[in-house]
Amino acid sequence: MSRYVVGRAADVAPGTSKLVTAKGRELGIFNVGGKFYALANRCPHKGGPLCFGRITGLAQSNGPGEYRYIRPGEFLRCPWHGWEFEIATGQSYCDPKTMRIREFEVAVAPGAEVVKGPYIAENFPVSVEEDYLVVEI
Amino acid sequence: MNKALAERETQTGQKLTFVDCDIHPVPRSPKDLQPYLSARWREHAETFGGHVCQGLVGQLPFPRMMAAGMRADSYPSNGGPPGCDLEMMQRQHLDAYGCEAGFLVALTRSGMDERNLEFGAALAHAINDWQLHDWVAKDNRLKAGIVVPQEYPEFAVAEIDNRAAEHEAFRQIILSPRASEPLGRRKYWPIYEAIERNNLVLGLHPAGLSGGHPTSGTGWGTYYMQEHYGFSSSFAGNVVSLIMEGVFERYPGLKVAMIETGFSWAPSLGWRMDREWERNRKEVPHLRQKPSEYLRQHFWFCTQPMEEPEDPAHLSDIFDWIGWDRMMYSSDYPHWDYDDPRVALNFKMTPAQRAGILRENARALYRLS
Repeated sequence: MSRYVVGRAADVAPGTSKLVTAKGRELGIFNVGGKFYALANRCPHKGGPLCFGRITGLAQSNGPGEYRYIRPGEFLRCPWHGWEFEIATGQSYCDPKTMRIREFEVAVAPGAEVVKGPYIAENFPVSVEEDYLVVEI
Repeated sequence: MNKALAERETQTGQKLTFVDCDIHPVPRSPKDLQPYLSARWREHAETFGGHVCQGLVGQLPFPRMMAAGMRADSYPSNGGPPGCDLEMMQRQHLDAYGCEAGFLVALTRSGMDERNLEFGAALAHAINDWQLHDWVAKDNRLKAGIVVPQEYPEFAVAEIDNRAAEHEAFRQIILSPRASEPLGRRKYWPIYEAIERNNLVLGLHPAGLSGGHPTSGTGWGTYYMQEHYGFSSSFAGNVVSLIMEGVFERYPGLKVAMIETGFSWAPSLGWRMDREWERNRKEVPHLRQKPSEYLRQHFWFCTQPMEEPEDPAHLSDIFDWIGWDRMMYSSDYPHWDYDDPRVALNFKMTPAQRAGILRENARALYRLS
């Protein structure tokens, strides 16, 4: 596992996402209620650019005529075929047994810790005041 | 993006190339068609608009879950609906993966739905001009599908003859499978005669509400999921009609491309028709072979939306029955159920079978050089 700095935490507001590249891979960084998650930008179903999808919740029902919309903002819907994945775990909702997207750990590290590498200087503004997003791949 | 797939292509030493049998071009706005409409019909369009067989003019009859049934990433940044921007189509699909040829299926404002037959004819004529001048002329990989209002066979026949003589890019005729009558009925035979005479292909794609029928044989469903499934069953009904009415006895050179119809139902339909035919063939003595033989001889099937059985190997059995030389890759770009050519055929097959589906079968059917 390697650690990659992919942006500033402050640039990804709660409820939004940012597409980044790390180790040659495109990743979406998501802020769900202040917690950060990274997902590969490739849907395991048919290869769609997953991270361009809409952030959504789940429509659930206990039976005809009963509907509940729950956990808004915690799921991601693929822009092609509409598969929905829990952002926190990469777990698909529709068929949890077979569909799981690759998930990468995201940590928020103090700025001073990551500005040491050339990677950061090249791609991101250096500021010891801000915290940077680091992805482990 | 998708580096793993790019690496796989490199490892096999082959660049992916394909023929796409289903691409949807869309006018950026109704104004795109104005140059191809006479002053009389421009004025009619502005004053009256269309009269189609559903109450929700300008809307989809079944609301879809996102982006009006389009790939959510296919909206052009300079405005307009998905499918209106050739540059974006090239970047997202044609150039991205190496498209050799792509068949246009123009669904929007095509005149197929129009109850005013003269206006429908004017719209179809305009859409055919628009395909040629706004798409084919700008990217000669694209091939046009002649759109005709099939309830007006006299116009349809003349349009087919004229377009076939006009430009080699016109390779097939697109008819709605939801006509006022099943497609095997005699009123449509002059159209089939013109298609055969010009050595073109009859392309059937879910399109239009020209007959006002739902896709289901049971009435109007509630959900889009019902409509979408119904595409398959309504096509099966039309296949039965074309075979049982004797269309292929009268027009033995007629070839039908089944586009976005599904295909895994074809074997069971063949078995069922043959079983009934063995017992009841006195009713249709004009048939000189088993119904399944017409199905295998006259129909080609496009892959999208790719069926996804629990065991992908089951697709092999279905392809065996239909014929590996009868399956053709299609993407449905820019619709939401788009199939990516790199991953659509994700089950075991020989390189020759894969090349056949991706390219060779369509090249042969449509006589591409």
